[in-house]
Amino acid sequence: MAKEIETVCVTTGPAEVGDYVALNIGPIHPAMHGTLRVITRTDGETIISAEPEIGYLHRGVEKLGENLTYRQFLPLTDRLNYCSAICNNVAYELAVEKALGIEVPEKAQLLRIIMMELARIADHQVLVGILGVDLGALTPFFYLIIQREEIYEIFEWHHGARLTNSMGTIGGVEAELPDRFHEKWPKMRDSIRKANDETDRLLTHNRIWMDRTIGVNAFCADDALNWGFTGPMLRACGVKRDLRKDEPYLMYDKFDFEVPTGKHGDVFDRYMIRMLEMEESIKIIDQAYAMYQDMPDDAPLMKKVPKIIKPPEGQIYHAIESPNGELGFFIKSDGTDKPYRIKIRPPCYMVYQAFGELVQGEMISDLIACLSSINVIAGELDR
Amino acid sequence: MSLMDRIKDCLGTDLIEISEFRGDVCVEIPKNRVIEAMTSLKEKGGFDFLSDVFGVDNIDLYAAKAKKAKKKKKGEEEEEEPKKQGPPPPRFEVIYLLLSLKTNERLQVRVRVPEDSMDVPSVTGIWKAATWPEREAFDMYGFKFKGHPNLRRLLMWDEFKDHPLRKDYPLEGKGEERHLNYDTV
Repeated sequence: MAKEIETVCVTTGPAEVGDYVALNIGPIHPAMHGTLRVITRTDGETIISAEPEIGYLHRGVEKLGENLTYRQFLPLTDRLNYCSAICNNVAYELAVEKALGIEVPEKAQLLRIIMMELARIADHQVLVGILGVDLGALTPFFYLIIQREEIYEIFEWHHGARLTNSMGTIGGVEAELPDRFHEKWPKMRDSIRKANDETDRLLTHNRIWMDRTIGVNAFCADDALNWGFTGPMLRACGVKRDLRKDEPYLMYDKFDFEVPTGKHGDVFDRYMIRMLEMEESIKIIDQAYAMYQDMPDDAPLMKKVPKIIKPPEGQIYHAIESPNGELGFFIKSDGTDKPYRIKIRPPCYMVYQAFGELVQGEMISDLIACLSSINVIAGELDR
Repeated sequence: MSLMDRIKDCLGTDLIEISEFRGDVCVEIPKNRVIEAMTSLKEKGGFDFLSDVFGVDNIDLYAAKAKKAKKKKKGEEEEEEPKKQGPPPPRFEVIYLLLSLKTNERLQVRVRVPEDSMDVPSVTGIWKAATWPEREAFDMYGFKFKGHPNLRRLLMWDEFKDHPLRKDYPLEGKGEERHLNYDTV
């Protein structure tokens, strides 16, 4: 060991990482989303290396899950990705239903799809809005956040909560679409489209926006797959992969929608994919809503599930396409009313581990842009 | 060729056990052959994407099973001598979730790890995606992934002593407090 230190002292060759200025960003910093910390080494404004440190919001959700029953764990899943809590709920419900070997009635599936796609729109709107704020464009944020509030209103009508939804239950959904939804949706669809259109006109061809996003943090498809990227981050790199198409769950195989892909994997492509996906989500909701209306009024919403859920011994993994990418639940059951082991596979966790590679050689202001475009949610990152 | 046959073909003698539950195929491979088996699965089997890596602590499962077996024997009042049991099964297991992007098939690969030798070969050389999951598995269970570039705690702080997801660690913790030691370097 002493020998090594000696050689380092004697070396007068190229600069080592340790020779550069260390700059600590976060964990409490207005531009860091949630409690994230990045330790960077910088040469002027250029980042030589960046190392994210996580765990500031670690609550031990998986340990708690081992000590709660299957139904009691459901509200905890809200606290993972709190921007689209419904997707977490449905992902968990589907995993338990797979362990039990049941399939929920079609009407409940349609309800879940409508709510999940609304949550996806809300999540993407937050991302695009915040990305704009972080890059100095405050206006689109207000257009989008107003629409998000409208979506949250529908959630409130349906299950009484805005952010921590805890929608549905294992075996189905409790309530039908609220009556007010039928009037609200046609109007809301137009206003969401209008807000997206205004955002698009403000940002997409804006000279400043293009300079700040095009070519920033470009990433190639092979690296992205090697690092375990999923969702919009992977599609921005040009890989056409969407679990809704590739491993259809619920009734997604019956809908007609496109999977937008990018080319360069830069911040602009990630932004553009989210903008296009919102339009696809609206298309899905329209189709699902039409199918929902064709259903008879007395069609069941719940499958008969025993009060105390005891899946047979075994282990399963089920993943869905959440707004951020592949959100999976691994459940190992020992035949009792509590899961023996529960593992959550959060989508942004896999992306954020490549953060050092993503921002290397970029400017510090691009680090903030990169962080916003990944959509790192501390709640699902640290669990 | 079905998925099971292809996996059998791909792993050859490395395959210890293969099972299926609700359509999820799970294979078990020996600990010292992880790198070879994973490379073969990636290149020959087409499982080119690593979804996740994590650990499981089976100590309570074995205890519950032993209790059940005992109860059963008491109920039946069999007077046969209990069979001599071999060494207890390894306490921990590491599970790798693989995915084939071409065929959309998923595979769980299980590696059993005894408590007295927690070394597991790291798969970070095959998939970079294993970097943080392996750090987390080390943090939560104490697996020592050989060949990992940076095996430090991920979610708990560096001075933390225990491995919180082990079944013998209490849910409410042991009263640890974090004292921040500011780096003066």
